Amino acid sequence: MQSIQPAVAGTLESGDIQVSIYPNPGQDLEIQLQSIVRSQFGEAILATTKEVLKEFGLTQAVVSLVDKGALDWVIRSRVQAACCRATQSQFTWKDED
Amino acid sequence: MAQIHLKRTSLYVSGASPINMVQAAFYNEDCLVYDLEDSVPISEKDAARLLVYHTVRYHRPADKYVIIRVNGLYSEFIDEDLEAAVRARPNAIRLPKVEHPDEVRRIADQISRIEKDAGIPDGTIELWCNIESYLGLINAYEIATADPRVVAMALGAEDFTASMKARRTKDGLEIFYARNALLTACRRAGVDAIDAVFSDINDIEGLKEDTLLARNLGFDGKTCVHPRQIDVVNAFFTPSAKEIRQALRILEAVEEGKRQKKGAVTLDGSMIDKPIELRALTTLAQARAAGIPIEGGPNHG
Repeated sequence: MQSIQPAVAGTLESGDIQVSIYPNPGQDLEIQLQSIVRSQFGEAILATTKEVLKEFGLTQAVVSLVDKGALDWVIRSRVQAACCRATQSQFTWKDED
Repeated sequence: MAQIHLKRTSLYVSGASPINMVQAAFYNEDCLVYDLEDSVPISEKDAARLLVYHTVRYHRPADKYVIIRVNGLYSEFIDEDLEAAVRARPNAIRLPKVEHPDEVRRIADQISRIEKDAGIPDGTIELWCNIESYLGLINAYEIATADPRVVAMALGAEDFTASMKARRTKDGLEIFYARNALLTACRRAGVDAIDAVFSDINDIEGLKEDTLLARNLGFDGKTCVHPRQIDVVNAFFTPSAKEIRQALRILEAVEEGKRQKKGAVTLDGSMIDKPIELRALTTLAQARAAGIPIEGGPNHG
């Protein structure tokens, strides 16, 4: 488990999502979601978030998501940005196809 | 025949704003410029880069020419910007404040390396160069011909006037020479010329006068900073009935030449070469984009 620092990415504007990551040493991953479309898309938002967190190897963190109707690729972008900031690392660009 | 990409309007949209990026796809601009430079705060460069990458790579509008404007060529962000921008596979990357042909060659080499790494055919991604200083203007032709990727140059009037110690005015007399000099370089190099932004988004009459001048000078299009400018600018770059008729005559002459297996084609005593044929195709594409029905012509573009 790599060390992380508190980090935030995204905004509270319409169509965006604010992702906050906090260290949670010795504890499991905890994800909190507030969303205006939680009943329709809550599971999809959480699935995308978990997928990105797994790619970054973040397992001991509290992740807060405040969603204002962000589309899937916006969610992915914001979680990636928050993870880079939390791990103080640069994004690894590679072709995904 | 090369594919025709209209460049009447190119709309800047900030890479920091998801909602603006989503909405921008629904306006009538020909070219959509996702911006990583001036509209993105320093603290948000990393997040904007990811957002623009995902938007262009997986959700780009299919009917638009998509451009990513990267940060300054000597900024700390340029290498990361190019990694993201090339892999996103836009039609073009827009370079700000180009002043020397060597800068274009350096960036083109970087793009080639990333294209190869990403499995993108070499030379796929085109370049637009923003000319925003007296030095860039002096070197405009050399910049336009520095690499085959360069397909357009655009005048950045605010920075240009600052470099000249000139005052920016609405009638634009202070950029009249720059407009003509840039156009001359573009025409000589065979690349498109894009006019400067008209900054006052509430002055539609001023925008009309500015765009009329740009069109009459010979520009191929204009950069827009607000969606309300798009239809106004598009209207000025819609060809007249006379221009459409002439384009149809040119293309008919080309077709007839092909049928007769002629190597060279003339019309009204003048040779029709490839640039004239391409301009005729562009005229028809502009007309079709404006909703003008074209009858009797070849269905190019």
